[in-house]
This record gives sequence, structure tokens and C-alpha cells, in this order.
Amino acid sequence: MLYRENGQFRVTYAADQQIFPVVQDRIAIVVLLALAFFAVPLLATDYLLRAILVPFLILSLAALGLNVLVGYCGQISLGTGGFMAVGAYTAYNCFIRVDGMPLIAALLFGGFGATLVGVVFGIPSLRIRGLYLAVATLAAQFFCDWAFLRIKWLTNDSTSGSVSVPALNVFGLPVETPIQKYLFCLSVVVVFALLLKNLVRAHIGREWMAIRDMDVAAAVIGIRPVYAKLSAFAVSSFVAGVAGAMWGFIYLGSWESAAFNIDRSFQLLFMIIIGGLGSIMGSFFGAAFIVVLPIALDQMLPVLGSGIGLHVDTATVSHATLMIYGALIVFFLIVEPHGLARLWSMGREKLRLWPFPH
Amino acid sequence: MNLKLLALAAALAASMFSTGTFAQTKQQFIPVLSYRTGPYAPNGVPFANGYVDYLKYINANGGLNGVKIIFEECDTSYATDKGVECYERLKGKNGGASLVEPLSTGITFALTEKAPADKIPIVTTGYGRSDSADGTVFKWNFPLLGTYWSAADMLVKHIGKKEGGVNKLKGKKVTLVYADHPYGKEPIPYLEEASKTYGFELQLLPVVLPGIEQKSTWLQIRQTRPDYVFLWGWGVMNSTALKEAVATGFPREKMYGVWWAGAEPDVRDVGDGAKGYNALTLQHGAEPNAKITKDILAAVHAKGQGTGPKDEVGSVLYTRGVIASMLATEGIKRAQDRFGKGKVMTGEQVRWGLEHLALDQKKLDALGFAGVMRPISTSCVDHRGDSWARIHTWDGKKWNFSSDWMQPDDGAIKPLVIASASRYAAEKKLVRRTPADCDA
Repeated sequence: MLYRENGQFRVTYAADQQIFPVVQDRIAIVVLLALAFFAVPLLATDYLLRAILVPFLILSLAALGLNVLVGYCGQISLGTGGFMAVGAYTAYNCFIRVDGMPLIAALLFGGFGATLVGVVFGIPSLRIRGLYLAVATLAAQFFCDWAFLRIKWLTNDSTSGSVSVPALNVFGLPVETPIQKYLFCLSVVVVFALLLKNLVRAHIGREWMAIRDMDVAAAVIGIRPVYAKLSAFAVSSFVAGVAGAMWGFIYLGSWESAAFNIDRSFQLLFMIIIGGLGSIMGSFFGAAFIVVLPIALDQMLPVLGSGIGLHVDTATVSHATLMIYGALIVFFLIVEPHGLARLWSMGREKLRLWPFPH
Repeated sequence: MNLKLLALAAALAASMFSTGTFAQTKQQFIPVLSYRTGPYAPNGVPFANGYVDYLKYINANGGLNGVKIIFEECDTSYATDKGVECYERLKGKNGGASLVEPLSTGITFALTEKAPADKIPIVTTGYGRSDSADGTVFKWNFPLLGTYWSAADMLVKHIGKKEGGVNKLKGKKVTLVYADHPYGKEPIPYLEEASKTYGFELQLLPVVLPGIEQKSTWLQIRQTRPDYVFLWGWGVMNSTALKEAVATGFPREKMYGVWWAGAEPDVRDVGDGAKGYNALTLQHGAEPNAKITKDILAAVHAKGQGTGPKDEVGSVLYTRGVIASMLATEGIKRAQDRFGKGKVMTGEQVRWGLEHLALDQKKLDALGFAGVMRPISTSCVDHRGDSWARIHTWDGKKWNFSSDWMQPDDGAIKPLVIASASRYAAEKKLVRRTPADCDA
């Protein structure tokens, strides 16, 4: 009843091609952004901002990057953690070694560094496919882990291999308090999400999808696989690199290469599988599921336990969290193998007809 | 179905927003970052039990001059990002955390960046950044009792003594088998310095955590045949190293572990195979007969309030947890001496207390720590305090002390600490604290 596009006629190409052609969608997204930019900073506690929303946003960004590669271009990658690490350490080296390097420039340099490494490790994708490619990208992960553990220069000769960054600011505005960090991350993520949404709707995105769906057919109709695959690797690792730099700079503040180990790569891959392959929205759903759910469970269980008069100790909570979380992953994969984003779009379709069943 | 989901979501949201805003009076809050799960749980559990049991013991005896301690645990699984989340979750609860014990060098590094803004002191008993002993740069870090650089120094001096003088170390081969983690890498700068000074050859062999796979490491040891092996491992890595040493036939008598590689869980599985293995102690060893152990058994465990199994009380890591907890609460008590007895201390006041610790023998005896540890005092410049250690040796069933008390040669360590701290200060654009700031 409320969500119905009857009577909304699109009379120009611009109107027809916009990201949200339905008026209600546009209103919803404006409200959502307004909430995120104004209401959340006013209402949320420091804990919520610093420990949940900031990591959620940064990992959403990394998942967006990975989704370009896996979801849109169909190249399975297990090297995202490595690309994030390249981004973080490139940004760190730019920031420490060049006096007066602005934060945003350092983050972008981190992205470019990751792009280079991503393209190099993307070259095997021209010859190998599917699971074999996943194994090849695993090499990127292990190489990066090794490099940032062993090559002293990259960590500015830090004795323990742990690096940290001094106080941050953007155009003179400090990025110190949780609210500032949150707003900074939110702005970056919104900008990147918008850019990527447009990219995947444009000819590059269509090339990626053509390659994903059938690369031989795509080549026959004139799409160059070299260009399409490597551009997907480049864009994906650029975004992952920026996310990695933000993970180090904004969230952790001090990190060692273990922060970007193979577990991170798997975590991101699970995010996009659960969230929805080939969906910008799905990256956010997946990140929310993987980041927020375990923390929420961890906090809920003692509360629930004491609610029914049961004292739950820390170890039990920790074990139970993992079990419930695992069970939920399996549940969602059975109920909707196409990810949470698919559930969302099904919900939308239902809403268009509501209150009628057909 | 949908209603249920909605209700669940609402409950989730509510539980996240309401992070303990009810402040209570006369209660001092201590967050406990522990790891009872994950690959390091066998070592993390006894430490956490000791830490928590001592807090219960304090409460059973009337608290700190009448101020009760409340604590809450959060499981970090030794992972840095989970540790940071735990810290953020707990730091504001119950009127604010008075101090935090991260029990992981990785988490310590991450929290070091956050502490000055949050005004919460970080107590790292025998771990963490070695250069944070310099209190004029690291205002909020307290690597009490010892750092990895002091540990490395004592180990070098000890093997020097075995050889009949440190100058006899010339030409010897020493191998460091270390966890490839900030923790394992901490002693390297000192050992590199010492190898130059004393002329021994240093071989560095990293082990990827959790360290179940060490075949290639020990193959290299078999090839190079070092005179001594230092072990900087944690958790299952230690017992694996000992098993590999048995397999390659490297004499356990020539193996020396740091204090985190010298507890019961590290050797128990290896049993007789580990006989002769030595480890540096952080002052104490296994203390089943100490007064404090008996007191905790009587006041906490006998009343059914104990946190872990009873027979674990007094084991090496349990006792370390107790000591860590005691130093924390003594810091709070010291702060009360100045800012008002029986009052709840803020993080800033606790920081002053930790910086002015003065535990002499009399106080230690009264606390029940006679024979467990030696007097310690800290100052603005020296956040580590007096560092003492002994060597203990595994006889197949239990740990026995096999050396006298030793102290590190601070003349050799101090310049390294100051240089490293200055580098940190330069990187972070910090200014060293002035003497005036020290008195404040």
C-alpha cells in the first residue's frame, strides 16, 4: 500500500537510469543516511561507536571490495587479508616517512599500493579458474603475511613488528573521538559504496558480470578477459587496501600483521557469501552478520542466563557464542543460499503487493 | 515467527545500548580480560582463576579499606581485535575501569594507544612493551616486575655463569626459538645487542603461532647444534618445542624458557621427557605452601567460591595471576593513601598509586607473599620496578628452584629502553614528562 510505484512514470533516460528509480526508495535512503549521519552520533554510546559501528563500517568496505571480485567478476579470492595488509602498511609508510602527509592521501596511497599487488596476483586468473584460483590468491595472503613479518623496513624497524600511527586529522579536523572516527568511516564508506554501485551498473560492471557468467561467451562477443579480470582485481584490491589502511589507522591504531591474517580473508569471504554475492547491499548485510552478531550474542547470553536464574561463566558464553553463530550461518545458507540480500529483495517484492497476496 | 524475530532484535539492540549506566557507590571496578577459550586457554585459565580468586579474597576480607571490588570478565581468546572490543565494552562500566590487565602483548600494543585518552592505566606484569618501563614517555603503562629485556639479560648472565663467566660466552652459539608475534619478538633487540657485547652467535628461529608445527625449526637446531636454546613460546608451542627437543635429542638441560614458557601446562604433557628443562621465573614458582595460597584456599575455595579446580591453586600461572591482582589492588590502596582512604579511585588516581608502589618485605609478609616475591617499588621514571628472578627446573613431576635470586643489569638495559622510548615519542610526537608532571 505504501510501497507501490504505480503512477511514477519515468520520462527521461536520466530518471530511468538513476540508482533508486522508485520514490519510496529514495526517501528511505535519505532517511537512512540522515539517521546514520545525525541520529546515530547523538544517540549511540562510545562503546557502540568504537567497538561495533566503526569495525562494521570498515569491514563492510572491505567486503564491498571483495564482492566486486568474487560477486561481480566471479574470481574467487582468498587474498583479501593480504591486500588489506598491503594497504595498511603502504599507508603507514607514506604517513610516517613523508612529513605532513594528509590522512586521506595516505589512505589512497594505501589503496594504490594494494592495487599494484592485487593486479600482480591477479595475473594467474587469466589462466586458472575457480578453486584453483582461490589457491593461487592464497599465495598473495601468505606472501603479504611473510613480507610484513620479515622485512624490517616495511615496519619502520619496529622491534616487535607492531606499528602505530600518531594523532590523525582530516583537513585540520581531528579524527580522535569515537564520533569523529565514526563519521569519517561513514563518509568514506558512503562515497565508496556510491562509486562502486555506479561502477557495477556501467559498462565495466557489465563486462565483469559477463565474464562471471561465461567467460568464453564473453570473449566471443568482444569483451577482453585480460582487461575485465585485471580491472576487477585492481578495483577490488584498491577498495580492500583503503579498508585495510582504515582498519589499522582508525580502528586499531596499532597493529601487527596478524591483524590481516588468513582468518580475515576467510571472514570477508563468508561475509559476502552470507550477505549476497554480487550485491552492494549484501556486503553490508554480511558485515553486520559477521561483526555484530557474535558480539551481540556474547553480551546477550549472560543477560538471558541471569534472566532465567542461571549463572553463565565467561568460557561457556564464549563457546556458546561460537556454536550459535555457526548454527545460524548454516541456517541462513539453507534457508536462502543466495544470501541475506536476496531475502531483502524478496521482502521488497512482497511489500509491493501488500496487503494482497498476488 | 516474525514477531519473535522482532522481539529478539529489539532485545539485542536494547542490550547493546544499555551498557551499564548505573553507577554504584563504594565499588571499585576492575575489568578482567581473560582467555578461557582458544589455543592458549590451557595457560590463560589458571592465570585468570588466580586473578579473579585474589579479588574475591580481597572482598572476603572487607575490600580495600572498605571499598568492595567488582569485576567482570570478557574472553579475548588472545586475539587483538577481540581484546580491543572487550576493553571498549568494559571500560565504561560500573563507574569506569580503574586499570586493565590485557594479558597479551598484542592487545597491550593496541591499548597503549587508547590509554592516555581514556585515562586507564595498563598493568602488564612481566609482559608487554619492554620500552614502556620508561614512565616519562609511557605514562599509563606499567610493565611491573620485569620486561622481556630484563628476562633476556638474566638468561644471558645465567648461562654466562654456567660457562664460568660471561666472557666465556665468546664463540658460543645461542638460538632463540620464539613465537612469531609481538611477544616473541620483544627480546630480539636486547639479544642482538648482547651478542655483540659478549661475542656469542645468535640464531633466530621464528615459529608461527600456535606453534604446533616446529619440525623445520628443530631440524635447523639439529644442524647448527647450538650450545643453548632460549624458548620464547606460549601455550601449546612450549610443549611442542619440548617434544621436538626430545625427538631431535637436544639436551633439555641446555634449554631455557622465559617465564611464560615455564609453567605446568607447558611440561605436563611431556612429563619425563622435559626433565632438566629450565625456565626463568617471574620471581615466584609454583607456591603450594605460601601463606597467600593457603589463605585463598581457606577464604575462597573452602566457601565454594573458588573459580577453578582446587588443586590448581598455587600452580605457577595461578600464582602469577594472584600476584598481578595483588599489584593492581595494592596500586589502588596506595592511591587511597594519598587521595582518601575508603574512597573509590579514578583511573588517574590509580595511575599515581601504581607509580608510587612501595611494597617492602614487611608489607609483603603481611599480605602473605613472603618467599613468593621480593620487595618492589616504582617511580615516575621507572614503571617496571625492581625485577628479580630465579631459575626453576622441571624434575618430571614438579618445578624446583635451581638458582639464587638474580637481577638484570640495568646499566645495559636502560640505554636501550630510553632509546626505544624516545623513538616512540618521536613517532607519536610526544613530549617527555617533566619532573613537575611527575610530582603531580
